Amino acid sequence: MSAVVKLSNVHKSFGSLQVLNGVSFDVNRGEVVAIIGQSGSGKSTALRCINALETIEQGSIEVCGHQIHSPALDKRALRLDVGIVFQSYNLFPHLTAEQNVMLAPTCVRKLGKKEARDLAQDCLARVGLAEKAGHYPEQLSGGQQQRVAIARSLAMQPKVMLFDEVTSALDPQLTGEVLKVMEDLAKGGMTMILVTHEMGFARKVASNVIYMRNGKVWETLPGHELNNPQTAELREFIGHDL
Amino acid sequence: MPSFGLGHVEFLLIAALWTLALSAIAFLGGGVLGFLIALARVSDSKLLRGLAGAYVQIVQGTPLLILLFLIYFGLAIVGFDQLPALIAAGAGLVIYSSGFLGEIWRGCIESVPKTQWEAAECLAMTRWQRMTRVILPQALRIATAPTVGFLVQIIKNTSLASVVGFVELSQAGKLINNSTFEPFRVFITVAIIYFIICYPLSAWSRGLERRLNVGRR
Amino acid sequence: MTYQFDFSSLLPYWQEFAQGVWLTLQLSAISTVLGFVGGALCAIARADGPPWLQRIVGAYVEVIRNTPLLVQIFIVYFGIAVMGIRIDANVAAVLALVVNVIAYTCEIMRAGLESVHKAQVEAADCLGLSKAQTYWHVVLRPAIERVYPALVSQYVLLMLASSITSQISAEELTAVANRIQSDTFRSFETYIVVGLLYLALSFVVRAAFWAFGMLVFTRRRKLGTPL
Repeated sequence: MSAVVKLSNVHKSFGSLQVLNGVSFDVNRGEVVAIIGQSGSGKSTALRCINALETIEQGSIEVCGHQIHSPALDKRALRLDVGIVFQSYNLFPHLTAEQNVMLAPTCVRKLGKKEARDLAQDCLARVGLAEKAGHYPEQLSGGQQQRVAIARSLAMQPKVMLFDEVTSALDPQLTGEVLKVMEDLAKGGMTMILVTHEMGFARKVASNVIYMRNGKVWETLPGHELNNPQTAELREFIGHDL
Repeated sequence: MPSFGLGHVEFLLIAALWTLALSAIAFLGGGVLGFLIALARVSDSKLLRGLAGAYVQIVQGTPLLILLFLIYFGLAIVGFDQLPALIAAGAGLVIYSSGFLGEIWRGCIESVPKTQWEAAECLAMTRWQRMTRVILPQALRIATAPTVGFLVQIIKNTSLASVVGFVELSQAGKLINNSTFEPFRVFITVAIIYFIICYPLSAWSRGLERRLNVGRR
Repeated sequence: MTYQFDFSSLLPYWQEFAQGVWLTLQLSAISTVLGFVGGALCAIARADGPPWLQRIVGAYVEVIRNTPLLVQIFIVYFGIAVMGIRIDANVAAVLALVVNVIAYTCEIMRAGLESVHKAQVEAADCLGLSKAQTYWHVVLRPAIERVYPALVSQYVLLMLASSITSQISAEELTAVANRIQSDTFRSFETYIVVGLLYLALSFVVRAAFWAFGMLVFTRRRKLGTPL
């Protein structure tokens, strides 16, 4: 099986602060990889590097055949293959849920209005929000906004989806509905990389869990074995959380 | 035809002093009147609020040029047709400034949080004490930047005083241009003098605003 | 002394007043549209353009904002004439007003652009939108919505300031008034009428902008948030 996402020896620093210190891992088609770790461990930065939101200083990243580290990278082509969902949703406030989902398909994939609307309806239905199509973001709860953001990403029919702490800003009750949508996506065979604090979710859904510490991959283990960490640091980290 | 020379520049600089004098009159007079307008706008009396509001609407909804014409001809009607042009120009600019400054300051007074009023009220302060001891000192801090910014508007707008025959910087430029017909040289010199007066004030206002925003964060 | 007000001698001139109102509206409308487009482009250039362009736009804005409109009008009108180009006073008026209002619009729009969060641009970028598409669909509308009240005030001021173009004998309401008062010797009455006409115009222009805003900013309309 070939890797869809491949990081080798990635280095990245902000000023004098070394955030990524030789990170390497592979993600295969259809896998769900959860990245966990303390804040400041570099997990969000790693995710942002995969989508070329940050530039790396050393090493290489390949995503769906795009060489992220190359100066010749076609960012727009990359973004047709990779979807990302942010912690703060970042929905466009002046557009309705449906318009948020339709925007990129009409602008970037050049779909017709009708086609795009059908697609938007379909994507909103997949996140359980078909009936909220005409609502503006501020009329929706945090959980609903985040599900619209997922639908917006889905509408581009990406090959890989990135989730950057998508439930961190949500109340516990609202977290569940978002995780449910993500679980359905995983079952549908979507390749997913998620940075998360939800250990239960990681254990249940992730094919692999990557524990990052001090800008390095500290330990990698299958999701269902998250209860049996090999390193003392991960044991301690999980102990805090479970 | 005489060409634009040093003598003309001297004439312009003297006229610039009149621009400054007229600006000072407009700012001070407009400030006093505007302060009363601002107080009336936030007063308890509905009538006072309404009157002050109408005044602001009228002043802000009429061109300064028309205001100046009205005062000029209005003064003549009541028998003051021998008054120096400075009076008509000054009166027009005072009214104009009061309308805008009143509204700017009302905004500043109202931007002091309501809880401050309540806190002062709970300390059994009178309305006057609340205003002068609690609200105005805070409003003053907020008001400085937009007030300095409006001063620039006043200085620029004194250029319209020429329509009632007052020779300030712009009118002086026009007079020189009539005899030399070198509009680029003349009016660009005039513009430079305005810029030298206004730019430091604009920069100061912007600096004040930035400092205020930092302080609020 | 008592002054006998006489508005009746102005009655025969009602058509000219109406014509003046119409001319002022035209002058303001053209200047507003051109000024808005130019100002928005300047704001984008200032926020996102190459450094040399940012500096030029910045200097332009400062020069215009720190010199009187009247002097700008003189420079445009007499300047063009002295270059040997015959130019209609109204064209010079529009030119000067546009040059002026672009600078003010640029400054207002800059604040608007800054108010749109960086994360919005990033999200659009991640959806594969080009820079132009991002500006058009994601940045400009919320930015304009945010500063719309400031823009409206600016354009009402522009309409009032267009009266200054009467100083180069451009054809508009104030110029019409100047002519009528010298015909009738009813100066005070004439300017009262014209003052009221401007007052009415400023209400009408404000109302028109409000209606336009309601039409364009659908979210505001639906959610009932005031403009």
